[in-house]
Amino acid sequence: MADIRNNFVGIKSPNPFWLASAPPTDKAYNVERAFKVGWGGVVWKTLGEEGPPVVNVNGPRYGAIWGADRRLLGLNNIELITDRDLYTNLREMKQVKMNWPDRALIASIMVPCEENAWKAILPLVEETGADGIELNFGCPHGMSERGMGSAVGQVPEYIEMVVRWCKQYTRMPVITKLTPNITDIRKPARAARAGGTDAVSLINTINSITGVNLDTFSPEPSIDGRGSHGGYCGPAVKPIALNMVAEIARDPETYGLPISGIGGVTTWRDAAEFLVLGAGNVQVCTAAMTYGFKIVQEMITGLSDWMDAKGHRSLDDITGRAVPNVSDWQYLNLNYVSKAHIDQDACIKCGRCHIACEDTSHQAITNVVNGIRHFEVIQEECVGCNLCVNVCPVQNCITMEPLAAGDLDKRTGKVVEPTYANWTTHPNNPMARQAAE
Amino acid sequence: MDRLGNGIEAGRLTPAEYDMNFADLHPRLDSHEALVASDRCYFCYDAPCMTACPTSIDIPLFIRQISTGNPIGSAKTIFDQNILGGMCARVCPTETLCEQVCVRNTAEDRPVEIGRLQRYATDIAMEQGRQFYSREASTGKTVAIVGAGPAGLAAAHRLAMHGHSVVMLEAREKAGGLNEYGIATYKAVDDFAQREVDYVTAIGGIETRNGVALGRDFSLSDLTANYDAVFLAMGLAGVNGLGIEGEELEGVEDAVDFIAALRQAADKATVPIGRRVVVLGGGMTAIDAAIQAKLLGAEEVTICYRRGKENMNASAYEQDLATANGVIIRHWLAPKAILGKDGKVAGIEVEYTAMRDGKLVGTGETGVIAADQIMKAIGQSFLASGLGALQIERGKISTDMEGRTSMDGVWAGGDCIGLREDLTVSAVAQGRDAAESINRVLAAGARPAIAVA
Repeated sequence: MADIRNNFVGIKSPNPFWLASAPPTDKAYNVERAFKVGWGGVVWKTLGEEGPPVVNVNGPRYGAIWGADRRLLGLNNIELITDRDLYTNLREMKQVKMNWPDRALIASIMVPCEENAWKAILPLVEETGADGIELNFGCPHGMSERGMGSAVGQVPEYIEMVVRWCKQYTRMPVITKLTPNITDIRKPARAARAGGTDAVSLINTINSITGVNLDTFSPEPSIDGRGSHGGYCGPAVKPIALNMVAEIARDPETYGLPISGIGGVTTWRDAAEFLVLGAGNVQVCTAAMTYGFKIVQEMITGLSDWMDAKGHRSLDDITGRAVPNVSDWQYLNLNYVSKAHIDQDACIKCGRCHIACEDTSHQAITNVVNGIRHFEVIQEECVGCNLCVNVCPVQNCITMEPLAAGDLDKRTGKVVEPTYANWTTHPNNPMARQAAE
Repeated sequence: MDRLGNGIEAGRLTPAEYDMNFADLHPRLDSHEALVASDRCYFCYDAPCMTACPTSIDIPLFIRQISTGNPIGSAKTIFDQNILGGMCARVCPTETLCEQVCVRNTAEDRPVEIGRLQRYATDIAMEQGRQFYSREASTGKTVAIVGAGPAGLAAAHRLAMHGHSVVMLEAREKAGGLNEYGIATYKAVDDFAQREVDYVTAIGGIETRNGVALGRDFSLSDLTANYDAVFLAMGLAGVNGLGIEGEELEGVEDAVDFIAALRQAADKATVPIGRRVVVLGGGMTAIDAAIQAKLLGAEEVTICYRRGKENMNASAYEQDLATANGVIIRHWLAPKAILGKDGKVAGIEVEYTAMRDGKLVGTGETGVIAADQIMKAIGQSFLASGLGALQIERGKISTDMEGRTSMDGVWAGGDCIGLREDLTVSAVAQGRDAAESINRVLAAGARPAIAVA
């Protein structure tokens, strides 16, 4: 049996699945329910400074987009940080940590960008026995208008400054949560490291409008006819999150910095992808909000079974395994040639591969052969783009088959070279020509 | 009321049983069901379902319009090709047409529910009274249509769209043809057939005259003399006989008459049915009659068909529906004589049959099935009357692919011609295409002649 116990910057949990700081972790009742079904840890919903709590809207807080069969693909929210009294939260956190000593309990914190504010709250949190803190530099709605959340996360200097205060005033490990609402995720990550953070977590939610009511012309979710951009999450954001995690994992300046991966983790497979791209663990919210806490049991067993099947013994065996394969485009092997292949036994003859290729790509798939409805790849036209694979409704019906070295590429009329060659040395690259001269 | 009384009796069931038995076989999908069902469509390229539809409805498009919350646009996509799309959604044997070729069958042995989705969209549009077509400026031409069934109605609508005036001459009391008189009650409940007639004729320019029959009240030459074009769509008025002893006994009737009488009966409890019913035949009519006999409370209903299961014209789905309703289907049995007692049916003598040297023959072995009612469903025939010299081929009016007969100015379509299967949807296609053909000729005639140098 694979060992999926997690040790993230010294914070131990029985598995790498934490609930992200969000509505599911706002109070003891929910967190206890989560722990009962197996969650490895929680990041408690973000605490604000002492005083009157924030207020939330009293209308809808969530908007969504759906796929076929109304499967939820993306969710956004305009909920703010916890709207409960700080001491209520602290008291409950302390009790929960006592009840569940083997689980990770992290406090998410967002207070104004003033040293005293951080200095004041950190000892209070420390007193709960929490295993660490996560700095919420990510929320893109509401709090950012008050100079917190993503308003901090978008300015690397502020990140570095706040992280430094935190490292100075607490012994707890510091996880800096990053916003994706920036142009280059490496900049805030580098700033966090410069400030001395123990880890980063990402991504927080993405600025978004999920839809517009076409009768009232109000953005959704609509509050009395008006809408505000919310934070987008769920399966739809996973590709964005994976890329940002990988960018930090392979950046020489942040290399080795522990990462808690967040963004659309819905299945064990999603989690494994975050781990191999450099995450030390993952945080989940939307999947739980869609299906309930029990969903973690699929993640735990799936990850463990996959590791067993592949012979991976511990999380350390898999974390970061894909990072060396993340490359800049210019280093991709231009001598690699693949062609689509359609498994005629699996083909249901819907014709979508044909029309996608015919209308929008390279006219490389037949629709009629000898008067019969038949879909087949035309080797002379196929550039190996993979569009047909992606539009085919049947899994594994169309596959990309690489040509072996020495094979003739019927499209170019050239024989496939055995060597690796990329754009940096390609004769069409003016820079390469210059270098040669 | 006596469930097990011998003879042919009305009121064998309780009112609640009648209501349940004659409720909609496939009720309309609600909007949630429609969304789930429409999500399954792959929006195929050059979709096989569309090719299989005799009226070539753009099925992927209308289903996508349902899935995006636009049932009205979806209905227009359907009606563009088939103005009787509402009835076709109910009565088409989709299992042998669009749904048979759905690629989902290959993927998971369960097609997209095309028929039910079509009903969803067309019902909504018709309930809202949405009319998508208006008449072009009047051409001053008038076309006579004989028969107000599916072919006649489809032709009338298309001709009216093109600005022609239409006079539909219908022998029966109501328009609709087999949609009104020939469909099993549970396939098109309430007065849908009449509502559809009203919906189709609401375009205007269509006059319906009921109770007038070709060959009795007028002849084809009367029509050609008085109208700019004629479309013949009388269907099949004749019913094939058995030609065996006892056919005249009380209790022997044509299945089509039984089906029609049941359809027209406002209270199904008034329709008499035998305790033991034998239906002769292997087509849809036999199935419809047998199932409804059972639903009316017959204790025992047997279909006797003189060939094997694979030869039955009724689809596998229809056969299953019959057996699920308790009908017994017996193959390789031919009627030999109807046995009577006191002038009434008492049973039927049947002879076992077999294929020998490619020919159907009786084996000589016989048996008797007790019955108090026999229904004949062994086919209908075209009754040529008042057609003058119009060319008939193998018992039906001969036409080319666009419905032109041997006579200039006369077109024909529907069951009275020999093209394609005798389905409602085929009749609609033929009516629509004949109307386009008529329009081309009338439009060409209306143009000023151009001198050829």
